Amino acid sequence: MTRFITRNGWVLGLLALLALLFVFTKAIQPFYGAGDFGSLARAVLPFAFAVAAQTIVVIAGGIDLSIASMMALTSVTAASMMNGASEEFALLVVPFVLVMGLLLGALNGLLIVVTRVPDIVVTLAMLFVFQGAALLVLEAPGGAAADWLKALITGTVQLPGLPEAITAWVPKALVLLVICLALVWIPLRLSGLDLSLYAIGSNPLAAFRSGVPVARTKILSYALGGLFGAMGGLSLTMSTGIGAPIPGPYLLASVAAVVLGGVALGGGRGGIIGPIVAVIILRLVRTDLTLLAVDPNVTAIIEGTIMVIVVMFGAYIALRGRSS
Amino acid sequence: MSQGTAAVPQVSLGRRISRFMSDQPLVPLIILLIALVIVLQILRPGIVNERWAANTVKFAIPLAILAGCQTMTMLTGGIDLSVGTVATMGAFIMVTQAAFHDPAVAILIALVPALIIGFVNGVGVGVFRVHPLIMTLGTSLIGMGCLLVYQRSVIATGTKVPEALAWLAIGTTYGFPNALLLFVPIAAFIIFTLNRTGFGRLLYALGDNEKAARLSGVIYWKVIVTLYVLSALLAGIAGLLFIGLIKSPSLSLAEPLVLPSVAAAVIGGTSIFGGRGGYAGTIVGALILQILTTLLTILQMPEGARRILFGLIVLLVTAIYLRIIENR
Repeated sequence: MTRFITRNGWVLGLLALLALLFVFTKAIQPFYGAGDFGSLARAVLPFAFAVAAQTIVVIAGGIDLSIASMMALTSVTAASMMNGASEEFALLVVPFVLVMGLLLGALNGLLIVVTRVPDIVVTLAMLFVFQGAALLVLEAPGGAAADWLKALITGTVQLPGLPEAITAWVPKALVLLVICLALVWIPLRLSGLDLSLYAIGSNPLAAFRSGVPVARTKILSYALGGLFGAMGGLSLTMSTGIGAPIPGPYLLASVAAVVLGGVALGGGRGGIIGPIVAVIILRLVRTDLTLLAVDPNVTAIIEGTIMVIVVMFGAYIALRGRSS
Repeated sequence: MSQGTAAVPQVSLGRRISRFMSDQPLVPLIILLIALVIVLQILRPGIVNERWAANTVKFAIPLAILAGCQTMTMLTGGIDLSVGTVATMGAFIMVTQAAFHDPAVAILIALVPALIIGFVNGVGVGVFRVHPLIMTLGTSLIGMGCLLVYQRSVIATGTKVPEALAWLAIGTTYGFPNALLLFVPIAAFIIFTLNRTGFGRLLYALGDNEKAARLSGVIYWKVIVTLYVLSALLAGIAGLLFIGLIKSPSLSLAEPLVLPSVAAAVIGGTSIFGGRGGYAGTIVGALILQILTTLLTILQMPEGARRILFGLIVLLVTAIYLRIIENR
């Protein structure tokens, strides 16, 4: 038990913080109910996918600056393909876009491995490339989304045998998020590939000498990041019904949540749950500040301050832990 | 001895060229720069003239100063992503304060937030050991929020770009842009600091091997705090110059320069992991990016295609350049 706590201390702390925030939200807004929780889940969805993408790349020792552009590109591709098409056609669009994300992510990884240019520079260059491609697909926000896709994240899941009072608190967006994350993460875990990701993140040379295919694993991490990016892009199209070629604020948010979630930016440490909880916390803080009728401009200051202080605090603890 | 001299001709010409280039990393960059100018002249004969050169230099200077911030921080293995916000803050506060203060006073007021942000960055990175990427992103978020609040308090006052600043940023004397009056001392200062002072050596030392530098008595936080304050100050000055050039203050003024400033430093041969690089290459890198932008503009391609080409060329140049340097 103690081992579990010390191992997952950071995530447990984040969960406690999240619970406290929910209590706080309920206190300042007594009418905060299932509907508001549902809209929080919908708002979190694209952020959570961006964070998942960033997490997997950072764990493997990289960083993906192109994630927001990747989401914009996949989102406009999906939206323009579904524009004027039948509902059934969207069944083809979704796997197409997911494969596209996977391949574009793999391209990121391949370029890093082949050119030996640092990750941060390659993904910076690809940020411009994806952004440009998104503008070529759609010059202005537009396109459409199939109705069944939009329905996929609105409303709640009806579970047989459970009263309405409970199912009202299970928004479809949250279920979709958990399913998508599990579909990628669990096979990774079972196949043992996650160990290779951590290995090349913490020490590429040691990983190479113990027989981990470093280049292939690197490409895999970026490909999975691209897959999550495509999911994020699709979720953007799903929630807005259109595609916008201008990247959203997802790069900053994803890096912040990854660090807050206890993943070391150098790679090799952390998990997927921490960053996801962290991004929900960041969104909930924003909701609370809106509920408190704080000036939206001040909200940015508070968000930034929280981010900086938490990260400083975390770094300080890590420093203490190392020296003692 | 005679054998040694006999061996020289056996080294092929290609090898000798590549060896020469890796010894003189600036040479391939300047060759690329000249090649770009030639391409520009072929595509649009007559475009390369005195006025064009002056304009290119004018627009490259703010980018080059910001890239100087990246060069210095990257030498220690860091990065400063708050330069865009700091430059915007400096510019915006200056033009609003200049409406009811003397320009000199307004400039001094405008540089105060830059110092504060630089100091906070330095403390976060140097004392608390936060990753520079996340620290500078965080402070730029806070700074932008403060600027939004500030904007609302001065919404009625109007703005004014001081004459002297506009003269410095836009004007030319005998065909030379006046901005060089500011930039040449700054560039000389950065190059001198990096190559000839103890502080510059410490930056290289920390980036090359932090542990060794610490063990030999470098006080990490002092160096880092000084570095980030200096970087923010330069970014603030770049912002002042940029507003003189653009003349229309907005809250996203210098933001589009942030990622190109990183690219300019990387193209210029500064390693993002620290310990290797210099400012001379960065200046050429900034010029290359500026000419590249002009080149892509006159090709009259759609905006999307231009961005794709920009990204690919940055990647290509960096990859080739790294190959050349690695030959050493």
